[in-house]
Amino acid sequence: MARLRMNQAIGRALADAMDEDPTVVVFGEDVAAAGGVFKTSVGLLEAFGPDRVRDTPISEMAIVGAAVGAAMGGLRPVAEIMFADFFGVALDQVVTQGALVHYLTRGAVTVPMVVRSSVGAGRGFAATHSRTVEEWFLSAPGLKLVEVSGARTAYGLLRAAIREDGPVVVLEPRALYGSREEFEPGEDAVLALGRAEVRRPGDEATVVAVGQTVGIADRAIEELGASVELIDLLSLRPWDVDTVLESVARTGRLALVEEHPFTGGWGPDVASRVGQELFGDLAAPILRITAPDVPVPFARELEFRYLPSVEYVASQLRTWLDTGKLPAPWWADIREGV
Amino acid sequence: MAIGEGPGSVTTYDAKTPLRRREEVIADPRARLERMMEIRHAEQKIRELHEEGLAWGSTHSCDGQEAVAVGIAAAVPPTDHVVGAHRGHGLGLAMGLTPEQLLGETLGRSVGAVEGLGGSPHLVETSVGLVFTVTLMGAGIPIVAGLALAAQVQGSDRVAVAVFGDGAVNIGAFHEGLNLAALWRLPAVFIIENNHYGEFSRYDRTTTVEPPARRAEAYGLPWTLVDGQDVDAVIEAVGTAVATARSGGGPTLLELRTYRYFGHSRSDRAPYRPEGELEAWRARDPIRILGDRLVADGVVDEADLAAMEERCRERVEAAAAHALAAPVTDVTAMFRHVYPEAAP
Ligand SMILES: Cc1ncc(C[n+]2csc(CCOP(=O)(O)OP(=O)(O)O)c2C)c(N)n1
Ligand SMILES: [Mg+2]
Repeated sequence: MARLRMNQAIGRALADAMDEDPTVVVFGEDVAAAGGVFKTSVGLLEAFGPDRVRDTPISEMAIVGAAVGAAMGGLRPVAEIMFADFFGVALDQVVTQGALVHYLTRGAVTVPMVVRSSVGAGRGFAATHSRTVEEWFLSAPGLKLVEVSGARTAYGLLRAAIREDGPVVVLEPRALYGSREEFEPGEDAVLALGRAEVRRPGDEATVVAVGQTVGIADRAIEELGASVELIDLLSLRPWDVDTVLESVARTGRLALVEEHPFTGGWGPDVASRVGQELFGDLAAPILRITAPDVPVPFARELEFRYLPSVEYVASQLRTWLDTGKLPAPWWADIREGV
Repeated sequence: MAIGEGPGSVTTYDAKTPLRRREEVIADPRARLERMMEIRHAEQKIRELHEEGLAWGSTHSCDGQEAVAVGIAAAVPPTDHVVGAHRGHGLGLAMGLTPEQLLGETLGRSVGAVEGLGGSPHLVETSVGLVFTVTLMGAGIPIVAGLALAAQVQGSDRVAVAVFGDGAVNIGAFHEGLNLAALWRLPAVFIIENNHYGEFSRYDRTTTVEPPARRAEAYGLPWTLVDGQDVDAVIEAVGTAVATARSGGGPTLLELRTYRYFGHSRSDRAPYRPEGELEAWRARDPIRILGDRLVADGVVDEADLAAMEERCRERVEAAAAHALAAPVTDVTAMFRHVYPEAAP
């Protein structure tokens, strides 16, 4: 067993993949000599050399574009975009090029690339360095999207993504890089893309969470003491419809805990699918616990108000479980007063 | 009117408006020296506030780069438009933003330049022409082309200035923005503040052209390499470029050579620096260079220098106390200005 921080688990997954497959290469801004600004690639340059582990200029479009091309040319590149907000300057290469090469070559060409990036609020990086931006990728057929929730899932999903023959974007909650988890790295720890995991079983309600909200939801449910099933979605495109539908069919209730604003993100798709499929079986309206529809604020008090907290999630779930009705979000009155 | 008064356009505790502070820097070499000292004190204070756990989040200090900030502020009139970048404490203070606005932003207080909503990398003070600060590399370059386009179309003699790091010259926005500005002969000035590092990478490890400003030739633009430690050299070069732009001569690319004394951000201890490099640059400290010159010219004496230092220390301390006493930004603030108010 190893007790690894999430950033170490990512470094371990990269090293194991590079050991296993000589076509795996790693590049990004300050990933080689410095080992990554979040220390996710420490020691790779020393272990695998400057051919396979490279620092790049600050050139996100070139980083992702080169990953697309290197993948077409026979490598399995793992590129890093330091903050997912920077995908904005590289999005063409991800969603309009990389995601479509296979389709537009009628299967003749594959793009086995992975682009990893850090996401999320809670670190004082403010409006331009804190978003989770899942929606940028959710509307891109040809692309797979996963979001990890700790050291074990970071290891398992990254290994799986590198083996995938099509392009995969891996989102890593920045706030979790330093959090530790015990698991055994290696073949058995490789996870399957497209599969959710049940974090805790329950029969009163189903809660689905992603990334850093998995831990938040877990503690909120613990605080409630109710029998609530918690699902860590892990894969956002495609997502595990069967696991979620099976759970909600049993519990009759669905709540989603989403880090991003109410508009956009992964929540609406899950909510609408469950609403369509299980319309008559639901005992309460589907509850979406999200951030408000505003940019991520800087001031510490505001940023932690913006993010769904354990207390807030618990109180929302409590009201909803007790009354069967949707509780108002915390900002309902503020919005009216503005 | 697209650029109006920002939240920070207020008189502060020492009763000097940002505009007044800017006029001093434009008019008087002693004020320029004192402003450079103020920047150094403010950076030191910000580090202390972080160490004491009072400030949080990302912050980028510019110790060593003060002559770049003050030189630009002195050469560009406050009616021109400037877009800065993340390492902008110095440029903000130099352009007139008050220490209280800077420290308030660092602390997430209502008196911050943008009400504590953006953090210290997002300084804005529209009353002196600091119309935006970008934190994605190079994003300000095409924006400045657009600001210059507005001036051109309006028949205004306003100039737009982009200030960005050596790390920004390898992003698409740099190349696209410069080409567009050259093509349309826009009244713009593009300034590379080359402090030798982009995060942990030396600029010559990520850029093949030396000096990076020579890239201008690819767009048919003039360029100049400038000693960024000498505020008078900065004023001269920026002043010339601004005058060229204003008189219809089109854009210029400037590279101001400077050095950052501290790491990229708080957690970076800069282990990647070659031995002796920091010391060599500290020997050409921009505050000392101007101080020595003013003493040699008989403009100030040693006692004046000491008095300036003391005033800066007091001003920054008072600003910190004032910012700390100000209310934490109210939760409702995050809901304001997401969209413009509908016209009545
Ligand atoms: C598009 C983009 N890519 C990467 C980053 C991360 N980043 C923040 S500052 C920085 C280094 C910038 O170096 P430089 O332009 O030289 O400015 P300096 O920090 O030296 O002032 C990087 C890579 C970013 N903010 N935006
Ligand atoms: Mg730099």
